Amino acid sequence: MATLDSKIPAGPLAEKWSKHKAEIKVVSPANKRKLDIIVIGTGLGGASAAASLGELGYNVKVFCISDSPRRAHSIAAQGGINAAKNYQNDNDSVFRLFYDTIKGGDYRAREANVYRLAEVSNSIIDQCVAQGVPFAREYGGLLDNRSFGGAQVSRTFYARGQTGQQLLLGAYAALNRQIAKGSVKSFPRHEMLELVIVDGKARGIITRNLVTGQIERFGAHAVVLASGGYGNTFFLSTNAMNSNGSAAWQCYKKGAFFANPCFTQIHPTCIPVHGDQQSKLTLMSESLRNDGRIWVPKKKEDVEALRAKKKKPSDIAEEDRDYYLERRYPAFGNLVPRDVASRAAKERCDAGFGVNETGLAVFLDFKTAIERLGEDVIRQRYGNLFQMYEKITDVNPYHEPMMIYPAVHYTMGGIWVDYNLMTTIPGLYAIGEANFSDHGANRLGASALMQGLADGYFVLPYTIGDYLSHEIQSPKVDTTTKEFDEAEKSAKARIEKLFSIQGKQTVDEIHKKLGHIMWENVGMARTKESLEKAITEIQKLRKEFWADVKVPGTANEFNQELEKALRLADFLELGELMALDGLNRNESCGGHFRVEYQTPEGEALRDDEHYAYAAVWEYTGKDSAPVLHKEELKFEAVHLAQRNYKD
Amino acid sequence: MSNLFTSSIGRKLIMSVSGAFLVLFLLFHMSMNLAAVFSADAYNAICEFLGANWYALIGTLVLAAGVAVHFIYAIILTLRNRKARGVIRYAETAHEQGVSWASKNMFVLGLIVVLGLLLHLFNFWSKMQLVEILGQHENSLGLSPTDGAALIQYTFSQWYYVVLYLIWLAALWFHLTHGFWSMFQTVGWNNQIWLSRTKCLANIVATVVFLCFALVVLVFFFRSLCPYAC
Amino acid sequence: MNLKLKIWRQKDAKSKGGFETYHVENISPDTSFLEMLDILNNNLIHEGKEPVVFDHDCREGICGMCSLHINGHAHGPDEDITTCQLHMRKFHDGDTITIEPWRSAAFPVIKDLAVDRSAFDKILQAGGFISVNTGGVPDANAIPIPKKDADESMDAAACIGCGACVATCKNGSAMLFVAARVSSLAKLPQGRVEGARRAKAMVAKMDELGFGNCTNTGACEAECPKGISISHIARLNREFLSAKLKD
Repeated sequence: MATLDSKIPAGPLAEKWSKHKAEIKVVSPANKRKLDIIVIGTGLGGASAAASLGELGYNVKVFCISDSPRRAHSIAAQGGINAAKNYQNDNDSVFRLFYDTIKGGDYRAREANVYRLAEVSNSIIDQCVAQGVPFAREYGGLLDNRSFGGAQVSRTFYARGQTGQQLLLGAYAALNRQIAKGSVKSFPRHEMLELVIVDGKARGIITRNLVTGQIERFGAHAVVLASGGYGNTFFLSTNAMNSNGSAAWQCYKKGAFFANPCFTQIHPTCIPVHGDQQSKLTLMSESLRNDGRIWVPKKKEDVEALRAKKKKPSDIAEEDRDYYLERRYPAFGNLVPRDVASRAAKERCDAGFGVNETGLAVFLDFKTAIERLGEDVIRQRYGNLFQMYEKITDVNPYHEPMMIYPAVHYTMGGIWVDYNLMTTIPGLYAIGEANFSDHGANRLGASALMQGLADGYFVLPYTIGDYLSHEIQSPKVDTTTKEFDEAEKSAKARIEKLFSIQGKQTVDEIHKKLGHIMWENVGMARTKESLEKAITEIQKLRKEFWADVKVPGTANEFNQELEKALRLADFLELGELMALDGLNRNESCGGHFRVEYQTPEGEALRDDEHYAYAAVWEYTGKDSAPVLHKEELKFEAVHLAQRNYKD
Repeated sequence: MSNLFTSSIGRKLIMSVSGAFLVLFLLFHMSMNLAAVFSADAYNAICEFLGANWYALIGTLVLAAGVAVHFIYAIILTLRNRKARGVIRYAETAHEQGVSWASKNMFVLGLIVVLGLLLHLFNFWSKMQLVEILGQHENSLGLSPTDGAALIQYTFSQWYYVVLYLIWLAALWFHLTHGFWSMFQTVGWNNQIWLSRTKCLANIVATVVFLCFALVVLVFFFRSLCPYAC
Repeated sequence: MNLKLKIWRQKDAKSKGGFETYHVENISPDTSFLEMLDILNNNLIHEGKEPVVFDHDCREGICGMCSLHINGHAHGPDEDITTCQLHMRKFHDGDTITIEPWRSAAFPVIKDLAVDRSAFDKILQAGGFISVNTGGVPDANAIPIPKKDADESMDAAACIGCGACVATCKNGSAMLFVAARVSSLAKLPQGRVEGARRAKAMVAKMDELGFGNCTNTGACEAECPKGISISHIARLNREFLSAKLKD
C-alpha cells in the first residue's frame, strides 16, 4: 500500500515555493527533445501546460474530446480570474488572497499549495495580457477589477462576461503556436479510455478516435491529466454535456488515489430547472452579485400570488422583500461564498418562499443598481449575461428580476496530488479541476481559472522537470508491449460488453436516474441516511445499467451514444465513492453540508479535531471497498476558525 | 508585393481598384451627357474632342482594359467562390436580415451591365469613334461621327432602346449600391462608423448616376414624341 | 407542440447523404432546440434506429461546438444566438423544420449533422497568436491601452469559432473568422508587433484551405451568433494590404 507523501517543502510558508524551485532538478534542452509528454484535456490547465511544455522543448501530445482544443469547458467561465495585484490599492496581497482562499475553502485545503497559487497569480495576469487577452480596462488604460464572493477586495480581472473564453483563447493561441512549430501534436476528437502503467510508472494511454472508433496507443515518459471535474455525475449541472470524469476515474482504477470526492460546489446563481426534458443548467455569473440583490418575499401571500402569476415581482413593495443574504451576512451581503449563498437559497425555498411554480427559485434583482447606475452601465457590465437569460427564459431582466436557483457547478475533489502535482502513480500528474489540491471544501469564484493557469503555466512546467530529469536515459516508450496489449484489450472488452447488452433503457434515461439519486441524497444537504440510501441505490442502478442499457450502432463509427455509455459507466462508480466519502466525513464544511452538523444559526459546523484531513481513497478492486487514507492538513499560517461572513 | 494578386484579398483589390476607375469614368461620362440636354453644340464639341485623337484613343484603351480586368476577375472570383461553396447546396435558404439583394447578385448584375455596354457600343461608339478610326467621315446612319447629339436623338426616339437602356441603368444602380461601398471595404478604408456612411454614400452615388443617365434617355425620348413642344 | 423534422442523414464522410423525415410530439415551447433533438434521439433509440449525430457541448452559447442550418438560417431563426440557445417557442405547432449540416467545401460532413471544422484550427496555427513564451513578460499594467481599443479588441475576440460565417456565406469565405482574430490582436499594442506577419500568414492559410473570396455581402455578420461586425474585415484588408505593399 502506497503511503501519502505530500512532499511539502520545509521552511516558512512564503519561501517554500522559491526554495523548492531552487532545489528541484531541471532537464537540459538536448534531453528535453528526447522526452515525450502526454496531456489529456485542453482546458485552461491542459492547454497552458501543453503550450508551456512545448515551449520548453519537450515533445508533447495533447488530446481532447471536442473537435478543437478551444471548445474545452473552461471557455464557459464567465466572471473572472483572481490575482493579488492590489491594483485597486485596497490592501490586497498574496497573503490576503491565500487567506481568503483557505477560509473560503473552509480550511480543508493544503496551505502550501494555496499559498503558491496566490503567489503565482500575478504572473498569470501578466502572461495573459502579453498574449493579447483583452481584459476590461479603465479610461486611463489600466486594468479594471471587480469583486467576487468571499473577498472584501476587488481583485477579479475580467473580460466582459467571457473571461474564461478569453483566457482559454490565450492559452489555445499559445498552444497553436507550438503546434505550428511541431513541438506539440494535437489529437482532437480523441478520448482517453485507459492509462498504461509500465514498471509502476505512467507510460502511455489508450484512446478511442471518436470519428472512426479506432482504438489507438500512445506512449510517453509522463502523462498529465487535465480532464476537468465530474459534476456531470448529477446529470444536470452547469458543466458542458461532454464533460466527464472518465479519464480521472480510469487513473483511479489504475492506482491514482482520489481525494475528497464528496466536495461538490453547488453554484447559487443558475437558471432554475424548467422541466424533466432539460439537458443542462445554465450558470449566471457570480459577478452579477456585484450589483444584483437576492431576495424572496417576506409574506407567504406574495409568494402565492407570484406562483399563480397574479403578481409580478416588481409589484412587491420594497418593505415586503426579504434580502436574506444582506440580512444574515451584513459584512459580505450578497457576496458571501457560493456554498453559503446556495444553502441560504435552499433554506428560504425549503421554508416555502420559493418564487416559481416549483418553489425552487429566488430573485436576483438589478432594480437598485439600474436606478443607481443607469441601464447603460448595467448593459455594459453584464449585457451578454442578460441577453443569455432572456433567450432562455423569455423574461427581460432589465425589467423583471432574474429567477435563480443553485446547481452543481464544480468539483473541488479530484485526483490526489503531492506538492509537485504528481499523483500516487509516478509519472502521472493531475492539474486544474482534475486534481483536489487548492480549493478545500469550497472554491471561491474566479479561482478556478486562476488554478488552471497557475498549474499549467507556472507550476507543472517546473515540477515535471524534476521527475523527468530521472528519465533522460529512458528510450522512447514501446507501445507494443504486453502492458499496452492488456490495456487495449480491457478498453475493447468494455465497449463490446456495452454493445452486447441491448437492453431497454437509453443511456440518458439511466443517467437521469443517477442524477436524481445524487441530487436528492448527495446534493446541497446530506445526512447519514441519505448517503447510505444513495450508495444502495447507485449500486442497484449500476446493476441495472449493465443489464438493461441500450447502445445503438457499432464501435467503429462516430457513435455518441457509445461515448455517453462509457462515461456513464464511470459516473455510476464515481457517484458511489462521492456518497461514501460524504458518509465518512461526519462534519459540515464548505460545499459538504451534513444536516446533522450545523450551528444553531444553520451554518456549517466543522470538526477540526477529527476531520482536518483530506480523505484520500484507494481503489482495491471491482468487488472490494476502497481504502481510506488520510492526509493530515497542518495549518501554520492561518488560525482555524468558524467561517464568519457576518461582520 | 510578392504574390499579392494571387491572394484572395489581392484579387479583391483588383476588383476594387478597377471598379473605382469605372465609377470615375461613369461620373465623367455622366457629366458629359448632361451637356447634351442643354446644348447640342456643346455636346458635339466634346464629341469632337474625344474623337480619334491620340489621347482619347489611349483613354479608350485604358477604359476597355479596366472593363476587361473587372469582368475577367469577376469571372475568376465567381468560379472560385462556387467551388468553395461546395458541391451540395442547402435545401432551404432564407434571407439574412440586412443583407442587400444586390450584394448577392453582383455577377448577374454585372453581366447585364456588360450586355448593356455592348449595346451601347453598337449604338454610339461604333458610329462615332470607330468611324473616325477607320478614317470615314460618315456613319451608317449618314451622320457625321462627331454629331453625337443627333445620334442620341435618333437612338432614343425608338422606345425599345429607351426600355433597354433603363433596364441597363437599373442594373447599374443595383451594382453600384453594393459595389461603391464595397470598394472602400476591400481596400480597408472602413470602420464601424464609416460602414453606414459609405453605404449611404453608395446609394447617393448610384442614384445620381442613374438619374443623370436616365434623364438624357428620357429627355430625348420625350422630345421625339413632341418635337415642337420642347 | 407537434413537429415534422426534415433532417440530413449521412453515414460518414464518404457516403451519399439524404433527408429523412421524423415526427416529434408534445414538445414544450420552453424546451431548447437541442433538447428537442435529444428527445428525438431517445425515441429513435427505442425504435431501434440510429440516433442523429450532431455536435454540441456547453449548451450556453460559448464553446462554438454546436452548428446546424435550421430552416435556412445558420443557428436557426433567432438573432445573436447559437443553436443551443434557440428555444422551441420560436416555432409553431405543426411546423416542418429543415435541419442541415454546415455546407462548405472547407467543412466536409463527418456524419449526419456534424462537420469537420479543423480548417479553423489550421488558420489560427498559421499566425493567430502573439509569440510570447510563458514567463518573462512585463507587468500587466506596464502598457496602458485605451479603453476604446481594448473594447474593440474584445468585440472581435468574442468569436466562438462556430463557423456560421462560412456556413452562411454564399462564397464559403472565412474572412469574418480570420478578421475577428487579426482585428482583436491588431487593436492591442502587444499584438501590433507581428501584425503584418500574422495577417499575411493567416490569409495565405485561409486561401490554401479552399475558403472562398469575400464579396462583402455581410451575410456573415447577420448570422454571426456574436454579432461580430464586418468592419473587422475592413481592418483585416487594411492590415493585409499594407503588409503586402511593404514586402
